[in-house]
Amino acid sequence: MNRYFWILGGFAALVVLLAVGLNLNPRDVPSPLVGKPAPAFSLNVLAQPQQTLGPKDMLGKVWLLNVWSSWCVSCRQEHPVLVEFSKQSKVPLIGLNYKEVRGDGEFDMSKMSVEDEKKLAFQRANRWLSQHGDPYTLTVMDLDGRVGIDYGVYGVPETYVIDKAGMIRMKHTGPISPDVLTQKILPLLAELNK
Amino acid sequence: MMLRALFLALALFSIGAQANEAAPLATDPVAEKRLQDLSTELRCLVCQNQTIADSNAELAQDLRTEIRGMIQAGKSDKEIIDFMVTRYGDFVLYRPPVKGITLLLWGGPVALMLFGLFALIRYLRQRATRLADDQPLSADEASRAAELLEEIKPK
Repeated sequence: MNRYFWILGGFAALVVLLAVGLNLNPRDVPSPLVGKPAPAFSLNVLAQPQQTLGPKDMLGKVWLLNVWSSWCVSCRQEHPVLVEFSKQSKVPLIGLNYKEVRGDGEFDMSKMSVEDEKKLAFQRANRWLSQHGDPYTLTVMDLDGRVGIDYGVYGVPETYVIDKAGMIRMKHTGPISPDVLTQKILPLLAELNK
Repeated sequence: MMLRALFLALALFSIGAQANEAAPLATDPVAEKRLQDLSTELRCLVCQNQTIADSNAELAQDLRTEIRGMIQAGKSDKEIIDFMVTRYGDFVLYRPPVKGITLLLWGGPVALMLFGLFALIRYLRQRATRLADDQPLSADEASRAAELLEEIKPK
C-alpha cells in the first residue's frame, strides 16, 4: 500500500510538472526592461520623414509602443485589435517599424544603398498601413533594428506600455489578442492614467 | 597513411569552414576568437536552443555584428555580457547566475539526486532488516517444501 502511494504520488507530481511546464509559453521571456526607463532613441517619423521622435517627446503621457513590420505575419493577426483600440482609446499608440526592408529576407542587402533601403522602407510601410488601416498616432522607422536591440526585441510583434515618467511598465511579446488587451493592457492603462 | 593525411586535411578544412561561417568578416583573429567565445555563451532568443554563434536567425546575425562592434570599441567581455543581459535578461545566458530565482535550476538536479540516494539507502536498510528478521523454516514447513520440490523435479 505504502509503496503504491509513493509510485502514484511520484507519477502525479510528474504529470503536474509536465502539465504546467508544457503549457508555459517559451516565448514569454520576462523582460529585464520592465520597471526601467524606456531606452532613448530618435528615429524618423513615417508620415514626416524630416521629423524625428523619441521617448523624450512622450514624457508626461502614458503611451504604447508597438513593434511591427509589413513582413511580420503575426502582426496581421493583431492588427484589427490595434485598429479597434485606436478608435476607442485616447492613449497614444506609437508604431516602431522594425527592419522593414532588411528584415524581410527577400532583398540582397549588400546590393542596396542606404538611401534606396530608406525609400523602399517608407514606401512599403505606407502601403501596408493604407491597406490594413493605420491605428498608430505615429510610426517611427527603425531601419537597421538597432533600437530594437535596445528594447530587447526578439520576435515581432512586441508591445510596451510606458508611463508618464517614461518607465516601461509592461512588455507583451507576440500578437495582442482581444483578451490580452481587455484583461491586461486596458486595466494597466487606466491605472497609470489615474 | 596517405588516406589518413587526406582525411585529416579534410577534417581540419571543415572545422575552419564552420568557424568562418559564423564570422564572415573575419579580419582580426584575436577579436574573432573573442566574438566566437562570447557568442557561444549567449542564447539566441529566436531559436532559444541555439547559441548566437550557431544560429543563422536575423537577430543572431545582428547581435554578432553588435558584439563585433563592441569588441572593436575596446569593451571588456563583462561589459558586453552586461549589455546583453540588460536587454534580454538572464535568459540570454547559457550559464545563468546563481540567485533566488535560478536556485531551483541549479539546485534541483542535486536535490533530486540526494533524494534518490536517500530513498535508495532507506530501501536497502529496510530490506536488510527484513531479511535478518526472517525466521528459519519450522520442521513442518521444511518437510512441506521438500515435498513440493520433489513434485516438480523433472523425471
